[in-house]
Amino acid sequence: MTEPKAPEWPLWEVFIRGQHGASHRHVGSLHAPDAEMAIKHARDVYTRRKEGVSIWVVPTTAIAASNPDMKGPLYDPSDSKPYRHPTFFDIPKEIGTM
Amino acid sequence: MYAQMVTSDPRDETVEDQAFQARIDAGEKIEPRDWMPEGYRKTLIRQIGQHAHSEIVGQLPEGNWITRAPTLERKAILLAKVQDEAGHGLYLYCAAETLGVSRDEMTEMLLDGRMKYSSIFSYPTLTWADMGAVGWLVDGAAIMNQVPLQRTSYGPYARAMIRVCKEESFHQRQGFDIMMKMAKGTPAQKKMAQDALNRFWYPSLMMFGPSDKDSVHSAQSMAWKIKMNTNDELRQKFVDLTVPQAEYLGLTIPDPDLKWNEERGHYDYSEPDWSEFYDVLKGNGPCSVDRIETRKKAWDDGAWVREALMAHSEKQKTKVAAE
Repeated sequence: MTEPKAPEWPLWEVFIRGQHGASHRHVGSLHAPDAEMAIKHARDVYTRRKEGVSIWVVPTTAIAASNPDMKGPLYDPSDSKPYRHPTFFDIPKEIGTM
Repeated sequence: MYAQMVTSDPRDETVEDQAFQARIDAGEKIEPRDWMPEGYRKTLIRQIGQHAHSEIVGQLPEGNWITRAPTLERKAILLAKVQDEAGHGLYLYCAAETLGVSRDEMTEMLLDGRMKYSSIFSYPTLTWADMGAVGWLVDGAAIMNQVPLQRTSYGPYARAMIRVCKEESFHQRQGFDIMMKMAKGTPAQKKMAQDALNRFWYPSLMMFGPSDKDSVHSAQSMAWKIKMNTNDELRQKFVDLTVPQAEYLGLTIPDPDLKWNEERGHYDYSEPDWSEFYDVLKGNGPCSVDRIETRKKAWDDGAWVREALMAHSEKQKTKVAAE
């Protein structure tokens, strides 16, 4: 392993839209030299059983993520706002479906 | 299993570490950007890396029969199975990469012997019946280990396992299908099926790793939920499920001491020869040298392709920038 190492193919995140009109969903990642090859590889690695009808690939380095340590400050405030859920309100039976 | 004898790094008892263990005990998933003890990270890299290498090296014993499959249909099925193994290897490499190691690094560690692959793939596949035995027994044993790993504490590993398990059942069933065909075939074919079972039985039992009393790293890995069951638990489960399947095939498990134990509600069975297991892990299996040489050749022969595609990609980028 003394010779200079060739650069590793960059990492891409793969998103696939399933059969039934749902959003593209993250399924995993893979290495590829460019976007075109990343889509080709994604097709081989992630859709061998008709898992999808559309593929997105995004360079992993292009993804910005929230800080896991901020979980509390970011998401806990929703805990005190149960009125954002419809079940918070009692609607009389005679009103029917609402 | 596909990851055997993974050494786990001891954990320091810091406050962070206790909080980390509490998260695991509460059933939370650990994600790549979360704080984790160095030992957890290193142990997982070894375990997932070894698992990935096993999938990749595991293509070789079966690839051996693609050109010699008895029918075009069997060839297409085997090809699809081997392609799945490549996919499983890739899912796992990606999971390991979220821990801060690159796929190329892991590949180099496999090729220079710093990382291992499962002992089972150091055995040769001598006849077509071995394709049946490998699918039935080897993939069967793998499923036994991988199903509980879908609940492992490390998110990317658990998600990779879910994908793998979805596809693994096809592998085992195609193997059993081959065994059924052979076992119901001519006397020569049935003999071939029995011979495959004879050769793969004990190596399959070895896949689960040494007996619990000799498995030094289990306790830490189980606390971290990166190992979900003990080696002996899974091995017993495998034996209990497989014996009736062999009976259905009309084949004999090559263990004269195998018998149902009414009291335990399990089969009693003979332990494999553990000295053979340790020897194979050291790289002295019948095909150990050949497997690594084949991987090394594939890696070296593919270097110009990897480099050329990178060069092309760079050239395209400069072209776009110039326009």
